[in-house]
Amino acid sequence: MLLEVRDLHVEFKTRDGVAKAVNGVNYSVDAGQTLAVLGESGSGKSVTAQAVMGILDMPPGRIAGGEILFKGADLLKMKEEERRKIRGADMAMIFQDALSSLNPVLSVGAQLGEMFEVHRGMSRKDARGKAVELMDRVKIPAAKERVGDYPHQFSGGMRQRIMIAMALALEPSLIIADEPTTALDVTVQAQVMDLLAELQRELNMGLILITHDLGVVADVADKIAVMYAGRIVEAAPVHDIYRSPAHPYTRGLLDSIPRLDQKGQELYAIKGLPPNLLAIPSGCAFNPRCPMARAVCRTDVPPLYEVTESPAPRTSACHFWKECLHA
Amino acid sequence: MPEAILEVRDLVKHFPLTQGILFKKQIGAVKAVDGVSFDLKAGETLGIVGESGCGKSTVAKMLVNLERPTSGAISYKGEDLTRLSGRALKAVRRNIQMVFQDPYTSLNPRMTVGDIIGEPYEIHPEVAPKGDRRRKVQDLLDVVGLNPEYVNRYPHQFSGGQRQRIGIARGLALRPEIIVADEPVSALDVSVQAQVVNLLERLQDEFSLSYVFIAHDLSIVRHISDRVAVMYLGRIAETGTDTQIYDHPTHPYTQALLSAVPVPDPGARERRERIILTGDVPSPANPPSGCTFRTRCWKAQQHCTDEVPLLAVPEAFRGQTGPAAHPSACHFAAERQVVPPAEES
Repeated sequence: MLLEVRDLHVEFKTRDGVAKAVNGVNYSVDAGQTLAVLGESGSGKSVTAQAVMGILDMPPGRIAGGEILFKGADLLKMKEEERRKIRGADMAMIFQDALSSLNPVLSVGAQLGEMFEVHRGMSRKDARGKAVELMDRVKIPAAKERVGDYPHQFSGGMRQRIMIAMALALEPSLIIADEPTTALDVTVQAQVMDLLAELQRELNMGLILITHDLGVVADVADKIAVMYAGRIVEAAPVHDIYRSPAHPYTRGLLDSIPRLDQKGQELYAIKGLPPNLLAIPSGCAFNPRCPMARAVCRTDVPPLYEVTESPAPRTSACHFWKECLHA
Repeated sequence: MPEAILEVRDLVKHFPLTQGILFKKQIGAVKAVDGVSFDLKAGETLGIVGESGCGKSTVAKMLVNLERPTSGAISYKGEDLTRLSGRALKAVRRNIQMVFQDPYTSLNPRMTVGDIIGEPYEIHPEVAPKGDRRRKVQDLLDVVGLNPEYVNRYPHQFSGGQRQRIGIARGLALRPEIIVADEPVSALDVSVQAQVVNLLERLQDEFSLSYVFIAHDLSIVRHISDRVAVMYLGRIAETGTDTQIYDHPTHPYTQALLSAVPVPDPGARERRERIILTGDVPSPANPPSGCTFRTRCWKAQQHCTDEVPLLAVPEAFRGQTGPAAHPSACHFAAERQVVPPAEES
């Protein structure tokens, strides 16, 4: 297994108390595989990724427990120096907003080349040559002429390509993409997702795709982990989860999106609001919004049940997963 | 057929590009909207879709008179509001209200919810006499599904979805006939989006509103709209009913746009035909001659460079009654199904 996150807990100290952003997350991704982490804002999907990358702001953040195994070694036990060698070189991240993630006063060539200067000890001139190669690789037209341009001179889609190029620079074995296409228009989104999938295949990388878009997930993911209030509530191969969700939250999400291919009736709406992380409801965190909630849901935190009726391994954190599966 | 309550004809908005500080001279113009015409009928929802920079938000602003058009006409029940001013304009504006995209920046953080929703009454006092306003505001909160006791709270005490409800309540305060909603749900989480979309639909029935619904999310637009207009670089590329546009698109841009939308069904991966456009949208300051889409179009020929295609039922479909016979601004319009039909479940 390339990456395995085990029982990860992350907390943030705030003025109003401790916000439990991640409460025991487990997931894993293999080389060449795409894991989609699906969740709404505040579900802990980005915080988990930041903990994996080691770019969490600490303080106020604190990793309160768990293990992050990357190629068998626990990242949380490593010294910062060792982690720096891995970060960027063997695991890399693509952020949502390319304009604010790139340095506005450095040319893109300098920013791409920096990877090679820092990690590979190349000279500035060689690094620049590598930068042009990378820009070619992510299909930026006229790479040679544009290598000295600044981020603001590129369009949104082109900037996101530069982010991808930067992440791929040292051919990492794991890429974490945090909402990589959310800021892009749909025709450009399609181009960027295609490019990412193509490069992933070529380099046999593991990809963790963090998103809230159920459409993008259906297009590219192999397996899905659905997060709610800092926990994984359901994990399954992509086809199973869309065909028959085993958690009422997943079911609610799927029912609440309008479809392009049909004009539906009134949309199903999950009632209420996502929980406040300072005061997560007792028992199952989803119980106040759940149409199936019973007394036990308010008192007992559901463990991750094995969904035994499925041939592929899948899990659901719902006491009544069986009922949900057949609903 | 119900009468059109809003008629938009050849609407144009050019933003001047100037050079120099003391002696400003115009060196060009950003052609944000470049000849847009449509009708809005009473009680219907017109969806306007397009990518960023296509001019859809500028159209919205002109409809509510936040932006004055460079040329063209916007007639509300026969009255051209681009020519009105003073008291007559104020009277018309009461009937056309707007809901904004970002519920975080469109509400004044220093005003209470009651003051925000009640502010339209300050400008149009004839709608609600002073003593009656608080009750009216509380009624509005109730209508949009918020607790009427929240009148004295401030925007930061609400979540994004609740703030959007406040924005909608403010839009409803003057009992308008038309609501222009510019990306009203795109800043919201998926599970909250559905709540707000359902609310908008319920309010439409309850108050017999007409909506101009602007969004980049094609699925939501299909869900809520009776008719759809697809915009590209300041012009309407194609317009028709939701079935005509989604199931029988004839303009290549519409086809590419629809085929690029991810469908939440992993089984559709194989059944779908994807059209991946190359390149980016050209700058509206310097749009291509002829058909503005030709730089990214796989059908483009010399004719497309020379002549601007007009928005009309294409010749190939003229006289037909099928769903493909709807206005499409393409010289080579042809039907092509790009959204795979949903599987029967």
